[in-house]
Amino acid sequence: MAINYSIPEFEIVRNTDRCIGCRACERQCANEVHYYDPDLGKMMADDTKCVNCHRCVSICPTRALKIVKNNDTLRENANWTSENILEIYKQAATGGVLLSSMGNPKPLPVYWDKILINASQVTNPPIDPLREPMETKTFLGKKPEKIERDKDGKIVNNLSSQLELQVPIMFSAMSFGSISKNAHESLARAASELGTYYNTGEGGLHKDFYQYGPNTIVQVASGRFGVHKEYLEAGAAIEIKMGQGAKPGIGGHLPGTKSIGEVASTRMIPEGSDAISPAPHHDIYSIEDLRQLVYSLKEATEYKKPIIVKIAAVHNVAAIASGIARGGADIIAIDGFRGGTGAAPTRIRDNVGIPIELALASVDERLRQEGIRGQVSIVVGGSIRNSADVVKAIALGADAVYIGSAACIAMGCHQCRSCHMAKCNWGIATQRPDLVKRLNPDIASKNLVNLVSAWNHEIKEIMGGMGINSIESLKGNRLMLRGVGLTQKELDILGIKHAGE
Amino acid sequence: MKITANLMHFKELNEKVRNTPEKSVEIDNCIGQRYIASGLSNKDIIINGTPGNALGAYLNGANITVYGNAQDATGDTMNDGSITIHGSSGDATGYAMRGGKIFVRDNAGYRAGIHMKAYKEKIPKLVIGGAAGSFLGEYQAGGVIVVLGINNTTGKAPVGRFCGTGMHGGKIYIRSENEPENLPAQVAVRKAESEDMNEIEDLLKEYCDNFNYDPAKIINKTFYVLTPNTKNPYKRLYTNN
Repeated sequence: MAINYSIPEFEIVRNTDRCIGCRACERQCANEVHYYDPDLGKMMADDTKCVNCHRCVSICPTRALKIVKNNDTLRENANWTSENILEIYKQAATGGVLLSSMGNPKPLPVYWDKILINASQVTNPPIDPLREPMETKTFLGKKPEKIERDKDGKIVNNLSSQLELQVPIMFSAMSFGSISKNAHESLARAASELGTYYNTGEGGLHKDFYQYGPNTIVQVASGRFGVHKEYLEAGAAIEIKMGQGAKPGIGGHLPGTKSIGEVASTRMIPEGSDAISPAPHHDIYSIEDLRQLVYSLKEATEYKKPIIVKIAAVHNVAAIASGIARGGADIIAIDGFRGGTGAAPTRIRDNVGIPIELALASVDERLRQEGIRGQVSIVVGGSIRNSADVVKAIALGADAVYIGSAACIAMGCHQCRSCHMAKCNWGIATQRPDLVKRLNPDIASKNLVNLVSAWNHEIKEIMGGMGINSIESLKGNRLMLRGVGLTQKELDILGIKHAGE
Repeated sequence: MKITANLMHFKELNEKVRNTPEKSVEIDNCIGQRYIASGLSNKDIIINGTPGNALGAYLNGANITVYGNAQDATGDTMNDGSITIHGSSGDATGYAMRGGKIFVRDNAGYRAGIHMKAYKEKIPKLVIGGAAGSFLGEYQAGGVIVVLGINNTTGKAPVGRFCGTGMHGGKIYIRSENEPENLPAQVAVRKAESEDMNEIEDLLKEYCDNFNYDPAKIINKTFYVLTPNTKNPYKRLYTNN
């Protein structure tokens, strides 16, 4: 047998003084890292299988475990890093395309962290959200170009269908299949309680969740899984998925091993069959074709649902967004290159797409220049990590944001980036019944509500500091932002001044 | 109800079709209005003329008969019902169909039957009387596609290139004396046997009924059957990283 060149990424450190041999870690680890050696009479671990999800660390009753980065290194080399070398070993051994999950982990610039927010001093005093009314409600959809009045001078309601959000934060698309039924239930219940929306992703809508329809965005992707009349009518809006930030230009393959039971029945495909979403929609080769899908959905739902078109942030995103706005979409969702995924080829995830901050700024600017910004709302995701990111996104021109990774983390995800293995120990990115039941929707939905409520209060505080009392006044208000440590080109694209200017 | 479409905007036409309490609707002089009958159920619609793109998209049980040609994306993602076209249909006919039947008397354009799928008793069926363009049944995940090649004199199977690429479910029947050429690796081809033909006998009779063909002349010919090699065409593509 050939020598296995791989080295474990992590090392499990067990404090034998504390370990009581209860074997809870062994029972809880779906990766089968821990085992009891009867000859040695003690717990052992196979480090090679560990993904550092921290399940064992969290449940160990005596806190006997910790997981550390393995300090066994290959010979150091700034060019040929261990990562580069180990990936070559993997591909040389298997001939496979490297598959990863979650967002781009590379040390590429995070522009959110190079943007600072303004506050009022002396003039235009700050507002205290604890005693003043602050508005974070927002509406997504096409806004009328002008006010129309009837013959009595009364305003005519010429507003097309809108989504009403109590908070400018929605849960982004994650399909039933990529995440578990309990995770979907948690998102659906939290969205209902918060007065916002979650998104089915492309895996259809489980029959148990039709009750959350008023807070659901249903997705139509190239595979059209689970798409039928009742599904389209169940949601508050319909999202056409053209692309995803983690894998622009790539479709999705839910392997047959995950397409089982209720996942298969919700997608309406035979059990065990691969669920393939091709990279393109095969009826869309142009903006005109996209317009056709937008309008066929509007016709099928009698113009009662706003249509969202979701794209990945790519180089020509501004021109693409302009086409989408002209194609009749009500809302454009843009997903940045740090957006998460249940599975994506590593090379695509880490090298394709652009940062959402730059994409958002250029799209907002382009639509304004063309005089069509009011025709669409803009929603951005990939990745929004905290309430300050939300405020910065809105000030750069977004109407609302999508959170996916942050929502998963609120439900207990530890960002071990192993979703593609389908053995999520936290019951989120798995379909194994014994693992799924570890995620309690009562608790997880509460955690999601807590997170978004806390962010909402922080948004109010930040807005109050700027002397702004409604999210509408923050939208596109780039004067409230300054860059730090950015080049003039970057500042120009972001449309902001440098700190101190 | 009878509607003369002429230059009527699709929105107005479709509203009329949708909102009439009558089950039968006849549209005269249809000249390219799009999205007719999208998502509709429980209606019988006759169209004289040329309906526009996305005829019967998400169709949910209505029956549509077209006396004329249909354009692109006919029956896109349809769930149930039937579309019968006394003429030819354009590209992406029956894209992502999940149920119901489409009968095209003559030819279909590129990408017909792409990503058709099936689930339990819902098995979509697409019958093309003449020839189909390239990319027929790409990514097919279920359902039945039949291409009859009536009046085919090319000496080749009546399908274009890349037939069944990425196919991972369902069946494609091709009526031809010549085995289809240049099929992709994911597709297995063989001559139809009697069990195969039994599966589509009723469907072929329905096609013949619709367009006044003699079933004996259509059915008693050589058919080739295309099926996927595997349900999991990309299983060995990846390495966990």
